[in-house]
Amino acid sequence: MAAKSTSLFNGAITRRAVVESFKKLDPRIQFRNPVMFVVYIGSILTSGLFIQALFAHGEAAPGFILAISLWLWFTVLFANFAEAMAEGRGKAQADTLRKARRDTPARKLAEAHRDARVQSVSATTLRKGDIILAQAGDLIAADGEVIEGIASVDESAITGESAPVIRESGGDRSSVTGGTRVLSDWLMIRVACNPGETFLDRMIAMVEGAKRQKTPNEIALNILLAKLTIIFLLATVTLLPFSIYAVNAAGRGVPVPVTVLVALLVCLIPTTIGGLLSAIGIAGMDRMIQKNVIATSGRAVEAAGNVDVLLLDKTGTITLGNRQAVNFIPAKGVTVEQLADAAQLSSFADETPEGRSIVVLAKDRYKLRGRELSSMHAQFIPFTAQTRMSGVDCDGRKIRKGAADAIAAYVAELGGVYPDSVKAAVDEISRRGGTPLAVADGPSVLGVIELKDIVKGGIKERFAELRRMGIKTVMITGDNPLTAAAIAAEAGVDDFLAQATPETKLKLIREYQQGGRLVAMTGDGTNDAPALAQADVAVAMNSGTQAAKEAGNMVDLDSNPTKLIEVIETGKQLLMTRGSLTTFSIANDVSKYFAIIPAIFVGIYPAMGRLNIMHLATPKSAIMSAVIFNALIIIVLIPLALRGVKYRPMPAGKLLLQNVLLYGVGGLIVPFIGIKLIDMALVAMHLA
Amino acid sequence: MTPNAWIQILAFLVVLVALVKPLGAFMARVYEGQPCGLDKPLGFLERLTYRVAGIQPDQPMNWKTYAIAVLMFNLLGGLVVYALQRLQGFLPLNPEHLGAVSPDLAWNTAISFISNTNWQSYSGETTLSYLTQMLGLTVQNFVSAATGMAVLVALIRGIRGRQTDHIGNFWVDLVRSTLYILLPLSFVLALILVSQGVVQTLSPYKQVSLIQPVSYVQSTTNAAGKTMHQTVWVKHQVLPLGPAASQIAIKQLGTNGGGFFGVNSAHPFENPNPLSNFLEVLAILLIPAALCYTFGRMVGDTRQGWAILAAMLIIFVPLMIGCVWAEHSGNPKIAALGVNQQSSALMSGGNMEGKETRFGVTDSAIWAAVTTAASNGSVNSMHDSFTPLGGLVPMWLMELGEVIFGGVGSGLYGMLMFVIVAVFIAGLMVGRTPEYLGKKIEAFEMKMATICVLVPPALVLVTTAIACVTVMGTSAIANPGAHGFSEILYWASSTGNNNGSAFAGLSTNTPFYNIAGGILMWVSRYFLIVPTLALAGAFARKKQVPVSSGTLPTHDALFTGWLVATVVLIGALTFLPALALGPVVEYLHLWH
Repeated sequence: MAAKSTSLFNGAITRRAVVESFKKLDPRIQFRNPVMFVVYIGSILTSGLFIQALFAHGEAAPGFILAISLWLWFTVLFANFAEAMAEGRGKAQADTLRKARRDTPARKLAEAHRDARVQSVSATTLRKGDIILAQAGDLIAADGEVIEGIASVDESAITGESAPVIRESGGDRSSVTGGTRVLSDWLMIRVACNPGETFLDRMIAMVEGAKRQKTPNEIALNILLAKLTIIFLLATVTLLPFSIYAVNAAGRGVPVPVTVLVALLVCLIPTTIGGLLSAIGIAGMDRMIQKNVIATSGRAVEAAGNVDVLLLDKTGTITLGNRQAVNFIPAKGVTVEQLADAAQLSSFADETPEGRSIVVLAKDRYKLRGRELSSMHAQFIPFTAQTRMSGVDCDGRKIRKGAADAIAAYVAELGGVYPDSVKAAVDEISRRGGTPLAVADGPSVLGVIELKDIVKGGIKERFAELRRMGIKTVMITGDNPLTAAAIAAEAGVDDFLAQATPETKLKLIREYQQGGRLVAMTGDGTNDAPALAQADVAVAMNSGTQAAKEAGNMVDLDSNPTKLIEVIETGKQLLMTRGSLTTFSIANDVSKYFAIIPAIFVGIYPAMGRLNIMHLATPKSAIMSAVIFNALIIIVLIPLALRGVKYRPMPAGKLLLQNVLLYGVGGLIVPFIGIKLIDMALVAMHLA
Repeated sequence: MTPNAWIQILAFLVVLVALVKPLGAFMARVYEGQPCGLDKPLGFLERLTYRVAGIQPDQPMNWKTYAIAVLMFNLLGGLVVYALQRLQGFLPLNPEHLGAVSPDLAWNTAISFISNTNWQSYSGETTLSYLTQMLGLTVQNFVSAATGMAVLVALIRGIRGRQTDHIGNFWVDLVRSTLYILLPLSFVLALILVSQGVVQTLSPYKQVSLIQPVSYVQSTTNAAGKTMHQTVWVKHQVLPLGPAASQIAIKQLGTNGGGFFGVNSAHPFENPNPLSNFLEVLAILLIPAALCYTFGRMVGDTRQGWAILAAMLIIFVPLMIGCVWAEHSGNPKIAALGVNQQSSALMSGGNMEGKETRFGVTDSAIWAAVTTAASNGSVNSMHDSFTPLGGLVPMWLMELGEVIFGGVGSGLYGMLMFVIVAVFIAGLMVGRTPEYLGKKIEAFEMKMATICVLVPPALVLVTTAIACVTVMGTSAIANPGAHGFSEILYWASSTGNNNGSAFAGLSTNTPFYNIAGGILMWVSRYFLIVPTLALAGAFARKKQVPVSSGTLPTHDALFTGWLVATVVLIGALTFLPALALGPVVEYLHLWH
């Protein structure tokens, strides 16, 4: 992403949002939000009453009706503004993306052959299954799968990462994204989707919120808010007949004016959450995008908050990608320095990370520095699948390192003996979950190098955090159960699946789901695709195959498997923000009653004045203050809606207590103070 | 408040809570079909019923079948009660030769008894024959209560079901509720009540000579327009009798509340002394409280049941104490006239208007709170004469939706709807799709739960509004001013929440009030039962989500408090404006 994080109130976005807030006054847009639609109707109604009061005998002073009416319109506009702000932040990002989606010419091949006839067509005419050729300097015209060739590709338009990546046919690096540029060589690509359905299109639609559908929890919350609105509608509408009765009974006063009833209604219905609800949802998606995760639907983001089981690949997620040497265990009669020396010699030319780690360990621990190898007439023996050994021949020495059984066979062939002490060391290392590499110098075995998976720093703490959140972590590995158990214990995961195959992964996910759990996983390879499709929250690595990306419901542009944890937090934050603001909104009503009820009835029953516990100046200023507070609180809470309620991993009970105190009790108290302050301000400005 | 008042409140609560576990566990066994002790002696009756009625007891129903069975059964019950009232003149067991009940009153009474409301627009002793009382009302007292319990049990089965369509068999739940729970308890209570002096007879009303004849002056205007004064001596009195004890036992236990006599349990033949009063008031809350434990037992976690019971008590106890306190405080206007309202050895003190001297302020106020917390509605004093705040308590307890204990079965399933709303908001606040007892709460569940929460207040507010601006509504009011509004609001709250308690003071035996009341009682009963059963069906089909530390605990003090806050806040926010114009302004005027 070019603009990784936009500051909350960016000038351009704010200006555009102001314009958008007015455009959103379209009744067709307003109708979608039942709570705000009621405010909208109320605004129209009071505006009508104002006009009536101007030209005929109105139910109250025109100035008062106008003031109420204006603040009701502000309430609607503020809610529109919140939504427009959230959308605007997405739009800014969409624009950057859209630049990558220029209409590029494509070289369409008549058949899947490098020398087939090339036809230059517009990218928009490409269909799924077409074959295209992309040469150095070309923008790739569509999402697809590389079927031939290898090339370096600049994907910075999508990922924001400037270093080029390698794309090649076969394997896990075969998918390319439309809008990225081939820097060298060429690729033959089978187009994977029709125009308008490409990854970039989906991304743009997502960030713009255009295709945003209401998530299940949002729908349920909307039902609750709509029903509360109906209750409050009835509670206020019936006040008119109630007050008519009261006027007759008391023999004084006038029934409550419609303007005041509308004001009361708007104050009572949950406008705070109603006005911010869609902004919260859009901002949730936006936060995902800022974390460089593209979700295919809001439903997926929300589901992330519900995850109970997390399946994590061992390699690259829990452990560093490669094993490292951690120990030299010499055979009987061999010094550790001798072993280290031989091991280092055998590994100088070994460019694998394991080989490098042996050199480094020998250097760090036994001060063995690099030697001038050319003077030693060294000849390197590379690793082959047949010998399962690598090594060096120099100064007449034949140093070999490799799997224990391969070395055993090697020394036996040379007439040497494979010592029992080495055998014991090998078994011991295997039992600990390490990988033993035996080292031999000619027919004599010098000892064993212990290679170990290195668990990533801080990962254990992350898992502990997840456990506190109630999420079970399961490590997936191709290792044997012994090794898997050892690493699982070290990393602090709750469970592991050893010798995993695509089938066992799928089975495991189904089992968890059958038990009512929601499963999240990450994957990149084509063989992960079935499991990704089955999982409830499936994050595919952007570096992965097209198949994996199609199967997942999120794509991580950074291809960072631990991102899943942040995804879960964002999902939870989204729900928490909705819940907390709902609580706040409803708790606010108590103070509004104390402001408005005495104000509207004091003319009929003067004794009601005793309920004016805030000592608001006049009935009109009391009503105005409540309406103004109700409108302003939406603006005040926009940053919270966009940023989301803070989430720290802790058990549900503690979390609830914290939020109830903050938003429930806070929601009771804050408006008492706010309404009083507004009332004092109105008095100071001689508006009361 | 006197020490006596505190002791009575405490004694009542201690005995009530002590009975929760044994009775609750017993009821759980009844519904689980486990041996409960009574199945040995009474089992043949259960089997006989099934055989006669052609019921296959082991055939489970899905929610729709269950709902249709409930509705059909209740419809049939309603038709029988209506027919009995209209035809009682031609039927036996009518020693007083009472004629047919008017159509609007018969409609009102029929709905009232099948819906477990038991609102009475009539006076039993002058309107209904013994046959109507026994075959119509007493039968409905049992089966309307059993219907509520059956619906609750169906909901519980839904909650603990796992991907099934079945929520039990209505006929079995109905028969077992009646046979093993309601009948035995009523039998025992009726016997004790008879021992205390409650009447139980089929003989006609008795005329007795007064030991001390009374006289009064009657003023008449003769043809010449001259007012004549005449002293009349009354030497005889008619004592209404009947099979009262059997009906009173179930009227209390089944949260019915429809008295045998017009003045209900204020009548000495229904409620002769403090002991009978204690037992009757205890009987009101007994089953609704114990069902909380049954619920916990059946969902496999008794803490869940205790949490709900605790939430009910947290709301109920302060309100009950408030009511007792308000009545003990007496009336400042009367105090201003120099009348002694202090409690002393010889008098109860406080506001004694409309109360029985044998019960005094404390027993009357406790009863008022209990009868309105549960959807019972029987009275032992006249709530119309309570102080403003004393009258506000029973009114608001009904307006909370009859979920603080509420009706047998219906109270708890109503409370569970509030639990669902509370869980939903709390669940969001902890960042997970809300779930209750392992069942996810999604759009459909929310829709059903909010319908149940919304319908009663909507009914109450709209009908009150209609009644207070129309002549047919206001002409029934006995008192002027804000109190008249309170009377209408109380009537609507009572019928709109299936309580049946009367504030008195409102002459409701008019076509308007009879028909409107009938509609209120009908809607607030069956428009809640159907969504509840639909919810049971939806829950049953869902998977069970296992508990983890990310799951919101619904058995701890925090959630209990949250539930209390939800119920109180929704109840307060809905009715605050209306209450402000009724009891609150009365209070402000009285205590100025």
